[in-house]
Amino acid sequence: MEALIALILKMPGTGDMSAQALHITAASTMAVLMFTVMALCAIVFTLMERKVAGFIQSRFGPMRTGRWHGWAQAVADMLKILGKEDIIPAEADKNLFTFAPILVLLGSLLAWVAIPWAPGFVAADLDLGLFYIFAVSSLVIIGVLMAGWASNNKWALYGAARGAAQMISYEIPLALATIPVIMYTGSLNTQDIVIAQQGGILNWFIFRDIFVFIAFWMYFIASIAETNRGPFDMPETESELVAGYHIEYTGMRFAFFFLAEYANLFLVSLIAVFVFLGGWWAPLPLLDFMPPALTFIIKGVMMVFLNMWVRWTLPRVRVDQLMHLCWKVMIPISLLCVVGSGILQMTTGQLN
Amino acid sequence: MTGDLIFILLALLTVVPAIWVVFSPNIVHAGFALLFTLLGAAGLYAYLGADFIAITQLMVYVGGVLVLVLFTVMMTRIPHGEKRKGGLDRYVPAAVFAALVFAVLYKVITAVEWNGTFMAPEATVAEIGANLMTNYIFPFEYVSLVLLAAMIGAAILIRESKTRDDHAEDEAAETTENAEVQS
Repeated sequence: MEALIALILKMPGTGDMSAQALHITAASTMAVLMFTVMALCAIVFTLMERKVAGFIQSRFGPMRTGRWHGWAQAVADMLKILGKEDIIPAEADKNLFTFAPILVLLGSLLAWVAIPWAPGFVAADLDLGLFYIFAVSSLVIIGVLMAGWASNNKWALYGAARGAAQMISYEIPLALATIPVIMYTGSLNTQDIVIAQQGGILNWFIFRDIFVFIAFWMYFIASIAETNRGPFDMPETESELVAGYHIEYTGMRFAFFFLAEYANLFLVSLIAVFVFLGGWWAPLPLLDFMPPALTFIIKGVMMVFLNMWVRWTLPRVRVDQLMHLCWKVMIPISLLCVVGSGILQMTTGQLN
Repeated sequence: MTGDLIFILLALLTVVPAIWVVFSPNIVHAGFALLFTLLGAAGLYAYLGADFIAITQLMVYVGGVLVLVLFTVMMTRIPHGEKRKGGLDRYVPAAVFAALVFAVLYKVITAVEWNGTFMAPEATVAEIGANLMTNYIFPFEYVSLVLLAAMIGAAILIRESKTRDDHAEDEAAETTENAEVQS
């Protein structure tokens, strides 16, 4: 925010703006920027997903739209979805039905506020940044339940119940896995977490000790489940529930869910990058010339690729296997990582 | 002035949905209205400078309690469009109970010295963490023990019925096996 205000002050004719006006301008610029990035990432990642899926399954994916390797496919899909009829089922709960997609999108958009894109470049520099991100993500769960119930469709309700159960369960290992890192930095501020990882790839938290390394993979698995993507896409399972909680949604309302899914995917990838993978710091001194925000986004896209790779490679798990994995495997391992890393930090005197 | 406006907006966000929760004829709508009340309360905490409590409010109440409330309400299978019943036999006990709670709260409100300015300390998390591990270690551990007991209780409740079913299945399998052997 401060960086943005300084940038605005450099522009001609802004010298005599009051502090409040400056703040409001910077905040709204940031909001527009965040929303644009979010919408862009949905377009880019749908194309990327189809291409990755095609590559893994030995086919090409979309090849015709826009002549060169089907690059315009996602744009065309977006235009098509905008032109679709907006249907609200006759027996649906209209108010909740129309509000649910907004709530889901809001939940993921709110969390973007605390992402540290570059030194000093974060929309809200909160002391409790990381905790805030995990807390506002719970709005998504309420939105999913709302969508499932308001549709008045049994498949939608099943999908919503599964989705909510899965998300509240996997939130626990997700948050626990980041605790060793918080113990290293002694701060929940997202900027501080990145700054603590300065100085090459070996200073990234993932390579600090073996327990953080394990915790990173716990985080990665939990983040796949948290975004409801395969092999943990129980809320959507086409073969059992047709399409899960957004089965009754069409047109723009469906696009909101779609947007939220990819925004969430990029969000959890960016969290993995700034918590474990050094945020905006380049891995080698050789790559220091790159702008920090670009390094950060490239790392985030690499994490998204890893996520897609997992989705299109592994078969879907069953509901009971999903819960077993979370409560009996991942939570104990994450707790062990917290204790183990804590003991290591105490013996080496690194604990803050 | 701006501060007052923010406070009034947050208070409205807390109170208006709360009234909706109480009087809404649709119980699922009441559950969802609770979301806004909880968000408003979190906003009030944040406005007071207690950012840790504000975010904990979101995490615990919106992410945990509200989801469970909605789960139970939805799982009771109320048909869409059915209205919540109202009547004197429901309103009178509720009103008496609410009046009692308000009496206690009124006592608390009048007992507190409201004059003067209070500033929240800068870094709340570190303070809270240090206090929980030193001055308040006993309540902290006590609460974890209560929660652990509740969790074990829930696990036992589920496990009991499951093992009985397993036994029944095992017995059934055994009897069929015996029958096959005998035949």
